[in-house]
Amino acid sequence: MDFGLSAEQKALAATVRRYLAERCPIARVRTIMDSESGHDAGLWQGLMDLGIGALPVAEADGGMGAEFLDLALVAEELGYACTPGPFLGSLVATIAIAGADDSDLRARWLPRLASGETIATFAVGESGGRWDAGEIAARVDGNTVTGAKSLVPYGSLADLHVVAAVGSDGPGLWLVARDSASVSTNELSGNDRTRRLSSVEYRGSEAVMLGGADALARLRDAALVLVAADAYGGARRCLEMAREYVLVREQFGQPVGAFQAVKHQLANLAVEIEPSLSLWWYAAHAFDRIRDQAPRHAALAKAFSCDLFDRASRDATELHGGIGFTWEFDLHLWFRRSIFDRAFFGDSHYHRARAASLAGW
Amino acid sequence: MDLSYNAEYQAFRTEVRAFLDGHWSDGDRAAHGGSEVLIGRITRPEPRVTEFRMRAIEAGYLYRNIPRQWGGGEQPFDPLRSAIIREEFKRARAPREMVGQGPSMLVFTLLEHGTEEQKKRFIRSTLLGEVLWCQGYSEPGAGSDLASLRTRAELDGDQWVINGQKIWTSNAQEADWMFALVRSEPDAPKHDGISYLLIDMKTPGITVRPLRQMTGESDFNEVFFDNARVPRSAIVGDRGKGWIVSRSTLKYERALIGDTDINRRTLDGLVMLARAIDRRGRPAIEDPVLRGRLVEVETKLIAAELHSMRLLTMQSRGEEPGLPGMVPKLYTTQLSYEMARLAMDISGDGAALAPGEPEAPAMGMFVHAYLWSLGILIAGGTANIQRNIIAERGLGLPRDASQKR
Ligand SMILES: Cc1cc2nc3c(=O)[nH]c(=O)nc-3n(C[C@H](O)[C@H](O)[C@H](O)COP(=O)(O)OP(=O)(O)OC[C@H]3O[C@@H](n4cnc5c(N)ncnc54)[C@H](O)[C@@H]3O)c2cc1C
Repeated sequence: MDFGLSAEQKALAATVRRYLAERCPIARVRTIMDSESGHDAGLWQGLMDLGIGALPVAEADGGMGAEFLDLALVAEELGYACTPGPFLGSLVATIAIAGADDSDLRARWLPRLASGETIATFAVGESGGRWDAGEIAARVDGNTVTGAKSLVPYGSLADLHVVAAVGSDGPGLWLVARDSASVSTNELSGNDRTRRLSSVEYRGSEAVMLGGADALARLRDAALVLVAADAYGGARRCLEMAREYVLVREQFGQPVGAFQAVKHQLANLAVEIEPSLSLWWYAAHAFDRIRDQAPRHAALAKAFSCDLFDRASRDATELHGGIGFTWEFDLHLWFRRSIFDRAFFGDSHYHRARAASLAGW
Repeated sequence: MDLSYNAEYQAFRTEVRAFLDGHWSDGDRAAHGGSEVLIGRITRPEPRVTEFRMRAIEAGYLYRNIPRQWGGGEQPFDPLRSAIIREEFKRARAPREMVGQGPSMLVFTLLEHGTEEQKKRFIRSTLLGEVLWCQGYSEPGAGSDLASLRTRAELDGDQWVINGQKIWTSNAQEADWMFALVRSEPDAPKHDGISYLLIDMKTPGITVRPLRQMTGESDFNEVFFDNARVPRSAIVGDRGKGWIVSRSTLKYERALIGDTDINRRTLDGLVMLARAIDRRGRPAIEDPVLRGRLVEVETKLIAAELHSMRLLTMQSRGEEPGLPGMVPKLYTTQLSYEMARLAMDISGDGAALAPGEPEAPAMGMFVHAYLWSLGILIAGGTANIQRNIIAERGLGLPRDASQKR
C-alpha cells in the first residue's frame, strides 16, 4: 500500500515547475493574457517538448502511456503558475482520441497531438448549463454533426474538436477537423484571461465517431480531475503568496503575520487545503485503476477543490490589503482562474447533486 | 501510488485473521464486541477482554512500539502492518489497545523518564487496564496557559505534600492513579518550577467532586488536594523538569493518524436517518439542499480518510510529516461538528427531543454527538490553540505570547 507519488512523478512535477518558473513567470503570463489569442506558441511547444502531450498516449501508439495522475500533477503545476493556454482542452481531447478503438484514427492524430503540432479541444457544454449526456442537443446524422456548443476552451485556436453529440445509438463523442465552411466560432469574453472560451456552431460538419456514452463519461471525468488539480495548485499558490506577504508587511510596528486573526485565517486555510490534495490524487488514481469509482470521485474532487480555490484566493487577496485589490497586483489572476475552475464543466452544486445520485441516495 | 497490499502483507493479513478466528469467537463478539468508547468514560476491562489482549500482545499485534520487557508487543516499526491489524481487529470487533490517557500518554512518559521501579510497577498493568489513570494538568487558573499552574508540592522529609486543585479531570472517579503537574519550585520561572508526580488516588487528603457536563453526564471532575502526602519517589524525571517530561510524550504520539472510523459510522447513520425521516410526505434525503450537504460532509470525511493514508505512507517511507501531520485534530473535530450539526438539521423539529426519548429521531443519539462535538473541540488543546500551532510550526508565522518562554 502506498498513497504517495513515485520518484518519477515528483521529478515530472519539479521539471514542469522549473520550466514554468523560467519560461512563464507572471510578467509573461500577463503578456500572453493581454494578447489577442491568449496563446503563446513558444510556451506551448516548450511544454510539449517536455513530453506532456505524449503522457496520455499509449506506448503502442508512440506515446508515454503514463498514469493519469501524472497529467493531473502537470495540471496542478499549471494552476500553481497560472499558466495561460490550451492545455486543458487539448489534453482532455487527446485522452479521448487515445481511447478510440479506430487505430487508423489514432495513428493519424496522436503523433501530431503529442508533438504539439496540432492543438485540440473538446466541445461538450451547451447553453443553459447543459453538461449532462442526457441534455445534449447536438445531433449526428450519418457522418455529420450539427449543433451549438458553449464554453469551448480555445475553440477558434484548436484545429481538432472532440464534440459531444447524440447519434442513432445515443450520446457519444465525435471528432471534427475544424474547417471554416461548416464550423463557426465566436470568442467569448471570459473572467479568466488565461484560458479562453468560445462558442462554436457546427453545421453539418464532417465527423468521425470516437466512442459512445462511456467515452463521453471518461472525457468528463478526466476534465473534472484536471480542473480539480488546477484549482488545488492555485489554492496552494494563494496560500503561499499570502504567507510570504504577511511575513514582510508591517503595521503597528510588527509583521501583520504576528496578528492572531491573520494567523488563524491562514491556519484555517492550510487545514482545508492539505487534505484536499488527496481527493484529486485518489480521483486520478481511480480513473486508471478503480474505474467504477472514478465518476463519483471526480465529481467530489472537482466540487471541493474549486470551492476551496475560491476561498483561498479571496482570503489571500484580503490579507494583502489595498494592494491586493489592484489590477497591477497578481493575485486577481488566480482569483479569476478560480472563477473559471468553479464554473467550468458544471458548478459545485451540480456535481454534488450528481455525487448524491451516484451514491444511490 | 499502489493501493493494494503486496503478497507479504496479504500473508500477514491472513495470519491476523487466523489469530482472530482462533481467539475471538462469535460469542465473544456478542458479549464484548461493543463499539469502543473514545470519548467520555473509560471503564475497567472485563477479564475475558484482558485475557484476549494478553494473547494479542504475545502475538505481537498490540502495543507494538512498547518493549516486551514492559508488557508490550515489541515489533519493528511498520505502519502498514499496524493498519492491517487495526482493520482486521475492527472487522472482528475484537478489543484493540486500551484507550485513555494512561496508555497513550503516561506509558510513554515512563518509558523515557521513569525509573526501573516505576516502569515495572505501572506499564504492563496500565496497558492491560488493570490500573486506570487520570490526567491532572488543568486547573481553574491554568488551561491553555498550562504552565501557569499553581497546585503546590513541597518536599517534607521523604514525602511530597500537595495542596491545590485540579479541574476538568476526566475519569478521576474511577481512576486508581493520577499523573499530575505540580509546582515544586515556587521561585523559578513558570516553566522551570514544575514537577511530574504519580499520585495514588486513595491518598488521604484527596477529594474528587464530579462536575456535571452540558451532556448531563459526569465524566470530568474537580480534584482537591489538602496536605495529600505521596512518597518522594513518586516523581518522574528530575525536580523542576516536569514540563519537559510532560512534553516528551509528543514524540510517541500516534494520534497523528486521526481515527476516522467514528465519523464514517456517523455518516452511515446520517444517510439512514435522512432516508427514514419524513419531510412533508417525502424522505428527507430527497431534499436537494440536504443532499448537497451530505455530499459536502462526506467529501471532507473521504479527504480525512485519504489524508490518513497519505500520512501512513509518509511514515512508512520515513518522511517527516510536517504541516500535513498537524492537520488531523482540528480537521476531524471540525468535521465531527459539521456531521452532528447536519444530523440535527435532518432531524428537523425532531431535534428538539432529548437523547433516549423514544419519539426522537434515532432515539436522539445524534444530539449526544452534537453536544460532545463541542467537548472534543475544547479538550486536549482548544481549536484556537491548534490554529496557533499550525500557523507557527506549520506555516512559520511569528510566535504568539502563548508560545514564548
Ligand atoms: C471534555 C473535556 C475533558 C477534559 N479532560 C481533561 C483531563 O482529563 N485532564 C486535564 O488536565 N484537562 C482536561 N480538560 C481540560 C482542557 O484541557 C482545557 O479545558 C483546555 O486546555 C482549555 O483550557 P480552559 O478550559 O482553561 O480554557 P482557556 O484556556 O481559559 O480558554 C478560553 C478560550 O480562550 C481561548 N484561548 C486561550 N488562549 C489562547 C491563545 N493563546 N490564543 C487564542 N485563543 C486562546 C481558548 O481557545 C478558549 O476558546 C478537559 C476538557 C474537556 C472539555
